Amino acid sequence: MLDWRWDFTWDILPRLIAATGNTLLAAGLGYAIAVVLGLVLALAQRTPYRAVTIVVREAVEFIRSTPLVLQIFFVFYVGPQFGLRLSPWAAGMIAIGLHYAAYLSEVYRGGLESVPKGQWEAATSLNLSTARTYFRIIIPQALPPSLAGMGNYLVGIFKDTPMLSVIGVAELMHTANAIGSETYRFLEPYTLVGIIFLALSLPTAALIRVFEAWVRRKLGMY
Amino acid sequence: MTNEPLQETGAADAATPMVSFRKVTKSYGRLVVLDSLDLDVAEGEMVSIIGPSGSGKTTVLRMLMTLETINGGVIYVDGQPLTHMPKGGQLVPASDRHLRQMRSKIGMCFQHFNLFPHMTALENCMEGPVHVLGLSKAEARERSEQLLEMVGMADKRNQHPSRLSGGQQQRVAIARALAMRPKVMLFDEVTSALDPEVIGEVTNVIRKLVSEHHLTMLMVTHQMGFAKDISDRVCFFYGGRIEEQGTPEQIFGNPRRERTRQFLSAVKEAV
Ligand SMILES: Nc1ncnc2c1ncn2[C@@H]1O[C@H](COP(=O)(O)OP(=O)(O)OP(=O)(O)O)[C@@H](O)[C@H]1O
Ligand SMILES: [Mg+2]
Repeated sequence: MLDWRWDFTWDILPRLIAATGNTLLAAGLGYAIAVVLGLVLALAQRTPYRAVTIVVREAVEFIRSTPLVLQIFFVFYVGPQFGLRLSPWAAGMIAIGLHYAAYLSEVYRGGLESVPKGQWEAATSLNLSTARTYFRIIIPQALPPSLAGMGNYLVGIFKDTPMLSVIGVAELMHTANAIGSETYRFLEPYTLVGIIFLALSLPTAALIRVFEAWVRRKLGMY
Repeated sequence: MTNEPLQETGAADAATPMVSFRKVTKSYGRLVVLDSLDLDVAEGEMVSIIGPSGSGKTTVLRMLMTLETINGGVIYVDGQPLTHMPKGGQLVPASDRHLRQMRSKIGMCFQHFNLFPHMTALENCMEGPVHVLGLSKAEARERSEQLLEMVGMADKRNQHPSRLSGGQQQRVAIARALAMRPKVMLFDEVTSALDPEVIGEVTNVIRKLVSEHHLTMLMVTHQMGFAKDISDRVCFFYGGRIEEQGTPEQIFGNPRRERTRQFLSAVKEAV
């Protein structure tokens, strides 16, 4: 029979809820880095400078083909050899932000390519600068078709935050592990972690769809 | 509302053509699309370009709008080379600054309108004046509203393109191009994507431009009747060259070249 203890469950719940804050913070910060850096990576692959394009494309490909957990270890443990001594949080955010930036850059690339060529030509005929054309004309139109992919990776980064526990970031998984090793009880903490992830992932996916519709309406695109 | 002129007065004197192609060549790989083209358009002139599909009509306009590079020859606009600039007695490829300055003299309307879908009609018209010409929002708004009024779209100024018909979108696109006060306007088959019943609302706007404003215009069209009505000159393109050109009366009434005759009778049959 399952040996589930409710008194123990109630005891550890506050600790896990506190750790949920860290998980959300890690996911939010990592995602913010990825959203911005991903755009930089996508735009860099569209510059007329072939060398830049090739280097960035290879870097993106490299990041996408190696495991996140390895990248986290690498930044945290190998970084110091290059004089880069980072706290677990900083190393974790760099690794996870960079990892998801690589994925998001592919999403953006698809979105940017979906904007018809005629939009560029109209912008040129009005003499808009390249920067202005990107930020005012092209990116707003690339956004709606990118939102579904962006949403998937938001849920993805959230579910990948437990990997940060390997370098000691005190998020949910790390806390559950700590409880387990202190009490030798694993059933309750891990079950709760699962429930918390489920409870946060499901509504996020729904919210993303609502947000997508809102953005389209806001941009006058139906 | 003040009735401002649609364009600044030209710097070049009356003798200099507003647009001048000098031995301009364009090819894609081994396909020669324009073959040593010479073409002058005087200030205020309305020139129609007709010809079979693939004869290079669109390419002429796209090169003028700097949407296409040129492989040989020089295009002059308002007396200045378009994609080159004089340096040390020679023509060298133009700097970005020179290109932008030259581009400001030219406006273009496209077959598929190419309005910015996330902006209202008014915002489409204001974008360039505010962010390229540096007008204040109020000035740009006044100019844009005046032009939307002229094309009969004032009441739809706060609509997004997705809420407008093709004819309405094209009229907004014309207003948007005019808001930049170009000296030269290019129209590339602006009625080809339209339903027959709304073609008139766009051609009427172009008629109005011709009769009321002293713009230089180059128009690619498949509407022979319209070209005949409003052009000062008609150029018949064939295989990347001007096969024949002349007044509308001459081209449509008494074409000299066999190919022109063939084309015109083929078009007539298609109607
Ligand atoms: N980007 C391109 N790459 C290769 N060939 C091209 C390209 N653009 C145009 N062409 C070719 O150049 C030729 C001239 O094209 P252009 O669009 O100027 O013709 P057009 O006279 O406007 O024809 P239409 O009446 O069909 O619009 C065509 O043979 C076309 O296939
Ligand atoms: Mg064409």
